[in-house]
Amino acid sequence: MENAFGQPQRIIVLGGSSEIARSVTRKLASARTHTVVLAGRNPELLEAAAAEAQEYGATSTPIVTLDAENPASAAATVDEAFAAADGTVDLVIVAVGQLGNQFDDEKDPEAALRMMSVNFTWPVVALTALRNRLVAQGSGRILVISSVGAVRVRRSAYLYGGAKAGLDRLADGLADSLEGTGVTLQILRPGAVRTRMTAGLKEVPFTTGPNEVADYVIAGLATSNRVIWSPPILQWVYLVLRHLPKAVWRAIMDRA
Amino acid sequence: MTRQRLTGWGRTSATWADVHSPATEEAVLEALATGPVIARGLGRSYGDPAQLSGGVVLANESLGGISAISDDGIVTVGAGVSIDDLVTLSIPQGWFVPVTPGTRQVSFGGAIAADVHGKNHHVDGSIGDHVLSMRICTPRGVFETSPTVYPDLFWATIGGMGLTGVVTSITLRLLRIETDQVFVDTTRFSNLESVMTAMLAGDDDYRYSVAWVDCMTKGANMGRAILTRGDHATRAELPEATLRAPTGAKLTIPFDAPSGLLNPFTIRVFNEGWFRIAPSHREHEAQPLGTFFHPLDGLNSWNRLYGRRGFVQYQFAVSDAHADVVVQAIQRLSSSGVPSFLAVLKRFGAANNGPLSFPVSGWTLALDLPVGPGALPSLLDDLDEMVLAAEGRVYLAKDSRLRPEALRAMYPRLDEFIAVKNTYDPDHHLTSDLARRLNIGVH
Repeated sequence: MENAFGQPQRIIVLGGSSEIARSVTRKLASARTHTVVLAGRNPELLEAAAAEAQEYGATSTPIVTLDAENPASAAATVDEAFAAADGTVDLVIVAVGQLGNQFDDEKDPEAALRMMSVNFTWPVVALTALRNRLVAQGSGRILVISSVGAVRVRRSAYLYGGAKAGLDRLADGLADSLEGTGVTLQILRPGAVRTRMTAGLKEVPFTTGPNEVADYVIAGLATSNRVIWSPPILQWVYLVLRHLPKAVWRAIMDRA
Repeated sequence: MTRQRLTGWGRTSATWADVHSPATEEAVLEALATGPVIARGLGRSYGDPAQLSGGVVLANESLGGISAISDDGIVTVGAGVSIDDLVTLSIPQGWFVPVTPGTRQVSFGGAIAADVHGKNHHVDGSIGDHVLSMRICTPRGVFETSPTVYPDLFWATIGGMGLTGVVTSITLRLLRIETDQVFVDTTRFSNLESVMTAMLAGDDDYRYSVAWVDCMTKGANMGRAILTRGDHATRAELPEATLRAPTGAKLTIPFDAPSGLLNPFTIRVFNEGWFRIAPSHREHEAQPLGTFFHPLDGLNSWNRLYGRRGFVQYQFAVSDAHADVVVQAIQRLSSSGVPSFLAVLKRFGAANNGPLSFPVSGWTLALDLPVGPGALPSLLDDLDEMVLAAEGRVYLAKDSRLRPEALRAMYPRLDEFIAVKNTYDPDHHLTSDLARRLNIGVH
């Protein structure tokens, strides 16, 4: 059970090898989290994440494999993860996602389908299953990893950003539907993060490391804010950016 | 049955559960047949023992009834009867509860589950020491228990946080009083060491004793304190005295204060004023029972002063050999800048036979801490380590953040408790958010 300071004991990470999720998990495990269920595609990366969680204090780190290209399997994955958690789940991090390669993917309808499955459809099916589970449980938090790219979709990543925009907006409505159930949902909108997913890309302003994102997440989980921005200043930067005329927006994004 | 949001008095870690109010033992047994289930009284525990995420919570409010008080002060009450209900009836007849915590707004069921103590623990022990018998519903049926009949279940239930069964009625022995007044001696001390010395030397001369300690002062005045001690006034001492029950609260906090209202500055101002108002020394002042025992009952919903984020209590007990932990804890607190309200310092007498009963002979210190400061969680983890090193323990009725490993070390009779629980609840129907958090008899 979560304690009076909002420190969870049992968590599930969907997308367990996500570097943001891993750095959040490190911080949680060094406080009170003893059980971390890691669900993901790549068993080797999951094993590494599990070993790391144990190093930081977790005592139980079961692994569940998932196939994000097959959204029909998401509900079964959630069931499997809850069974592995073996107790009240305090926090579920929904971190499944794939940046893709925009300039190849946009010419390939199959790639477009894959990008939607992994970044939108699979997470939405999983969220629906999670909602049922947690509402019945009477408590629990959901953290959906979105992106600042969901606030205004840019040309250079419109498949990824568009899918995240759908997820972000849907999660907002889902969060409202949870009022009065004991379950809460927060949306994380990180700016660019130095991870495996972005390795080799040119670094844009307000880029952070995954560790800093985790600090903002831990601080954000202690609030009732619907959206956690990382870094927080991006909330104001995007307030301006999202209202810029198209030509100005394109000019800035082409340079960034 | 309604789905309700439940928290403890500290208003942290809310969870939702289906709440019933069974009025009969049959209805209690029916709920116990499936589970998960836990009983709840008036919700005065600070943390999560009387809530159960997604389960069934049995409010004991409909388990009422107060018997006639016998000539030697024996009374039977339903578990949902509060200390307030009982003393309203018993004081005019010349009887007082043998033990009362700082509020009358606790049910007897809850008082048993927490094995509550009061200002007289050093003389009279805790509530469990005054119980003659109890009826307890378990998943294996109803048991009429006493210190000699089903003593395992009886003692495990005293301080057992509701995890052994649902108490439905309690028979206890009341204390004879001749007036509704207490003679109180009040003394102000400029530091912790002097008040502790005075308590060691003189507490045994009084039935009631407690010290309020300021945790916000540093240096030579660290732990300045006000010690109040008293005894019931007799008819001979106070011929004009009456036997009137205390009156209810006059004021209610109508809404949540902003979470930052109780900050280091406002608390310092409050503590300073409170310290200055107290007399440096005053003897034999007659005070009504309610004023002396239940000062906070004058203000309904005072927990709302802490705002939406709520607050935690931290209460620990250590033996006399480790009195230095009291000093170190207050030192840590006053130097950390984490705000804390007046702390309560008390001497404990001998422990009773309850495997999870909190009081052990020596010192106990209770702290009120608003949730918010980032340093607080790890500060309390550090206090846990100090208490553990001194073979002390924290009070489960106050706890909302202990680690399961620490609980095991603090309560060496935990396995004995779990064995009794497993006898009467073999399929683990009885549990709570606290039991899950601390891994007490789960699976």
